[in-house]
Amino acid sequence: MKNLLFVSAMVLFTISASSQNRTLPNVYLKTLDNATISSSEFDNDGQPIIISFWATWCKPCIKELSNIAEVYDDWQDETGVKVIAISIDDARNMPKVKPKVNSELWEYEVYCDPNGDFKRAMGVSTVPHTFLLNDKKEIVYQHTGYKDGDEYGLFEKVKKYAK
Amino acid sequence: MKTFLLLATLCCPFLVLAQDNSPGTIQGDFSFNAQTYYEDSAINASKVDEFMLMNGYANILYNKGNFTAGVRYESYMNALQGFDTDYNGHGIPYRFAQYTIHGLDITIGNFYEQFGNGLIFRSYEEKNLGIDNVMDGFRLKYSPLKGLMLKGFIAKQRLFWEHGPGIIRGIDGELNLNQALSSLENSKTMAILGGSFVSRFQEDNNPVYNLPQNVAAYAFRTSINRGKVSFNSEYAYKFNDPKGGIASNNYAPGMALTSNLSYSQRGLGILLEAHRVDNMDYRSKRGASLNDLTLNYIPAISKQHAYTLAAFYPFATQPMGELGFQGQVNYTFKKKSKIGGKYGTQVALNYSRINGLNGGHSVLTESGSHTPMFFSIQNEELFFRDFNINLKKKLSKKVKLVANYVDLIYNKDVIEGKNNGKNIHARIGIVELNYKLKPKHTIISEVQYLSVDKDDTYYQDQGDWIMGLVEYTISPHWFFAIMDQYNGGYTSEGKTYDAVHYLNISCGYSKGTNRFELGYGKKREGIFCVGGVCREVPSSNGFTLSITSSF
Repeated sequence: MKNLLFVSAMVLFTISASSQNRTLPNVYLKTLDNATISSSEFDNDGQPIIISFWATWCKPCIKELSNIAEVYDDWQDETGVKVIAISIDDARNMPKVKPKVNSELWEYEVYCDPNGDFKRAMGVSTVPHTFLLNDKKEIVYQHTGYKDGDEYGLFEKVKKYAK
Repeated sequence: MKTFLLLATLCCPFLVLAQDNSPGTIQGDFSFNAQTYYEDSAINASKVDEFMLMNGYANILYNKGNFTAGVRYESYMNALQGFDTDYNGHGIPYRFAQYTIHGLDITIGNFYEQFGNGLIFRSYEEKNLGIDNVMDGFRLKYSPLKGLMLKGFIAKQRLFWEHGPGIIRGIDGELNLNQALSSLENSKTMAILGGSFVSRFQEDNNPVYNLPQNVAAYAFRTSINRGKVSFNSEYAYKFNDPKGGIASNNYAPGMALTSNLSYSQRGLGILLEAHRVDNMDYRSKRGASLNDLTLNYIPAISKQHAYTLAAFYPFATQPMGELGFQGQVNYTFKKKSKIGGKYGTQVALNYSRINGLNGGHSVLTESGSHTPMFFSIQNEELFFRDFNINLKKKLSKKVKLVANYVDLIYNKDVIEGKNNGKNIHARIGIVELNYKLKPKHTIISEVQYLSVDKDDTYYQDQGDWIMGLVEYTISPHWFFAIMDQYNGGYTSEGKTYDAVHYLNISCGYSKGTNRFELGYGKKREGIFCVGGVCREVPSSNGFTLSITSSF
């Protein structure tokens, strides 16, 4: 068993020695209307995309998305960035996502990942976890957790990748 | 099997490599939690022989075009208190290879999957709860035409470091009518239909009873959306699944029905939900207990509280039988309105109520039978009732306020399997203030009070609790927190417990995706829940260290 891990890891690391930037995995998600959509369809016409994993029961997640919402118009005007919020709420809380998004007045694209498929494919173990994608939809930055003011640092990164 | 997977993992990247020159990408994530345990008679905490316990895991995923392979290494040396000691050990319980071509997605090895809401099948992981009922076998997903998705699998289920005895087969189909039929493409009403079937094979070697070797379940679901209104519903049926024990040889079938209706527009959300569950404990081994080998998932129909004392008495679904309702209203008072003030005010009201079925769940045995009425509330045993109100308001550029009030009734006997004969009635008040000192410096303070109803008709459990928390965060790297929970002492089963402070300090440092957190102090025993599934954690006193990372 140990050998299996060791050999796999060795091979994988060797292969990836000259690794390129990660792009988005192709995973099925649910829209707020329960329709199926693939994560490969995410697009922002060559402008940066922020992908933020959150949940209705996660206080720092809501704080992060609410704080970004306050400055989202300015961010969009300046950089054309788009925020895609991925709710990891399972079947228990999924019906509460749409009312929550509406009452928070969020203008984000929101999708649901009720069984954690996209979360696993992106390597997310806890929420909030935020990714920044460049014009080629490559992951160029990510951070976990949220503290008030983290959005300033994120926006500096967004500006760097906006065309 | 292992050799085959290893070969597949090794060969496929090279095969694909032959076609184009990109090397593919690799990613991973890592999580480590350790705790030391000291003896502390004041809180009934015991030390452990190992002095320190730890849970840890790491995922590594390799992706190249349409090919993905991954492994997870897990280690419990030994498992943290509150987790099943059957986890003790280490190894690779999760490895898979996946390939997608022309709409066909093939997975070999381990996979997680959910059909509909999960009423008859959900394989998932919740590491914080020690739940990982991952499947091991084959899974296919295929989309033969736009709007239609088919899934099928045959697999065994993980039980700690082994597999359950059942062989599980399942198929699921989902049709999005608006995508599939061109005539409905521009319709304002969107409709999705789905159906699933799951079957478990387990040999019958019971000496007394003739047990079914194949136990099936099926479910139908629909989702209809029109403008601001959404309706979702799923019905599930489970064939008889007697467990073979003298007391548990119940031949009655199971059913579950869940529905929700919501209306939402900018600034307003209304949600109504109801579900009825009867005899829906479905596992990949006859008679398995606790959180072991669960095949299905019945979503709890109550609010998942995020504040410590509001989550003190959490509800867990009773898959053997319950009838529940929930309603929620979210409303935002606009900026510059009378109540909204300068920045707007958000209010959320939530009510849920769950009771037992009339006379209990369905029973069909040699000695008798019982079928509960479909709908009955008034005279049934109350399991849980929760009314709560949440208010969120930005007071100024620097100050944000959150206030919460929760009034709940908790049936400890049913939910925790205790025998007090009375319910607990608790009222919880919470105030949280966020004060922004400087753009990247924030102080968060919380005061919470939980008061139990002292009336004789209720059980007082541990009496009242008060909690205070102060947290100081400096973006993007640091946080410091100090928390105290105080209990004034109580008497239970003739034993007197003294007043006690549960003082806990912690600090954390994070940079990018690396995060370190160190804590020291006392933790109170309690039920820790995610998504309506819970585990009991004993009280403890010691240091905790948690490290997470991903790349």
